[in-house]
Amino acid sequence: MSCAPALLIEHVTHAYGERVALDDVSFTVARGSCTALLGLNGAGKTTLFSLVTRLFAARRGRISVFGFDIDRDPGEALRRLGVVFQARTLDLDLSVAQNLRYHAALHGLGGREAKARGAEMLARMELSGRAGEKARHLSGGQMRRVEIARALLHAPRLLVLDEPTVGLDINSRAGILRHLRALVAQTGLTVLWATHLLDEVEPTDEVVVLHKGRILATGSAQVVIAAQGKKDIGGAFSALIAEPATADAESPQ
Amino acid sequence: MTTPVATSELHRLEEPRRGFSLGQYLTCLMGVVWREGLRFLHQRERFISALVRPLVWLLIFAAGFRSVLGVSIIPPYDTYVLYEEYITPGLVAMIQLFNGMQSSLSMVYDREMGNMRILLVSPLPRWFILVSKLMAGTAVSVIQVYAYLLIAWLWGIEPPKLGYVTVLPALVMSGMMLGALGMLLSSMIKQLENFAGVMNFVIFPMFFASSALYPLWRVQETSPILYVICQLNPFTYAVELIRFALYCQVDWKSLGIVFGCTAVFLAGALIAYDPSKGLIGRRGAA
Repeated sequence: MSCAPALLIEHVTHAYGERVALDDVSFTVARGSCTALLGLNGAGKTTLFSLVTRLFAARRGRISVFGFDIDRDPGEALRRLGVVFQARTLDLDLSVAQNLRYHAALHGLGGREAKARGAEMLARMELSGRAGEKARHLSGGQMRRVEIARALLHAPRLLVLDEPTVGLDINSRAGILRHLRALVAQTGLTVLWATHLLDEVEPTDEVVVLHKGRILATGSAQVVIAAQGKKDIGGAFSALIAEPATADAESPQ
Repeated sequence: MTTPVATSELHRLEEPRRGFSLGQYLTCLMGVVWREGLRFLHQRERFISALVRPLVWLLIFAAGFRSVLGVSIIPPYDTYVLYEEYITPGLVAMIQLFNGMQSSLSMVYDREMGNMRILLVSPLPRWFILVSKLMAGTAVSVIQVYAYLLIAWLWGIEPPKLGYVTVLPALVMSGMMLGALGMLLSSMIKQLENFAGVMNFVIFPMFFASSALYPLWRVQETSPILYVICQLNPFTYAVELIRFALYCQVDWKSLGIVFGCTAVFLAGALIAYDPSKGLIGRRGAA
């Protein structure tokens, strides 16, 4: 377990009826990395996140978090995982602090420990003054930051975020990404975030390109850009998805 | 794939302990009950309507039918009882039936709003999370029932004082059965709009084809087929379990059937919410 990657996805296939959403998807996310899962709408990102978070089980393949198989040992895998879903999942009738307290309880954290961690996470997200406010009174960016604070409350080692910046203004987007990168640098947290906003990717980030349910490339952004002979990740991404999905476009690891 | 950040500079995240303590399970249970309680407090209209519905039956319907529907001496009663007194256990079960379906509605709503995901990604076993949710819903229904029984007492419905205590385990059992049924139904309802179907196909038939409003021997006299349906209806046994318990007695047959139905409904709900087997995963609707 000690040397297992933060996230291991092996030959995962999933379909809704006849429609194949993920087709033999395999990749790893290294510990302490900041990895962007890039894909257009409908690429299969949300399905992959649903499988990683065990909202439902993959038809074929294996997923493990820090060496713990999500199907065989879901408790150990999920306690190492923090999740921010694409859709808002705050209870709008509860206050920010109450939302955090509820989440803490669902992870077996209560009392002073939950309160202290909640306060710490809100401070980290610069939301200390909003703890008593009802979630419905927050802006979109603030709600997202509360969701990130909530996802970090139980001290997960891998944080997965499904399009966390969609629908936010440019300042909120930049703020959230700044927070995430600071967390990776300061705590060794591993981050996997899905996005179709390519300008969010920095050259030092890892990227996984998912298109029509298949992996087209994995590796550091710099390597993927170089492999496609492009100047930036936008160009590399366009080149990748323009090719037939069957082409061997795997970039060097 | 990448070079991890140098460990010397970090406040490293600690490797969590394996497994969960009893205290963590209790914390989780209390958290789910607390959240359900908060939701209940935020929805005052829900509490009022939960009381108004049976009170309309008690104060208007039963008063009107008192002279028409006489009830002879049948267990657990040791004398003739007024119709209001007869239907009180049925109305108590009705509160729990509506509460169970309301919980089902809440779960569908939570699924549509996304809140359900937070529940389902808890690392504690999913069966425990769902049972916690069920217990929370039952606790809310018991509070509603005691509020109703207080008003009924003011109206002159006075079961034995000890009955208010002995009815509690029966309320927990029947609340769990009806809540588990609601949970199972919530896995089958795709959208909130479909909930009207639950009203028409579950709540009304279950309530009317039971012993809630009239004794089964009377049903048998008028319609043998309806009598059989009433006997097949689990709600009948929830009503009888409550009726006997309110008069400090145990109807063992009803207890057994309510227990068995709770187990079946709960098993169905657990399968439905199991990511590898259930309907939720198949539809991708969580």
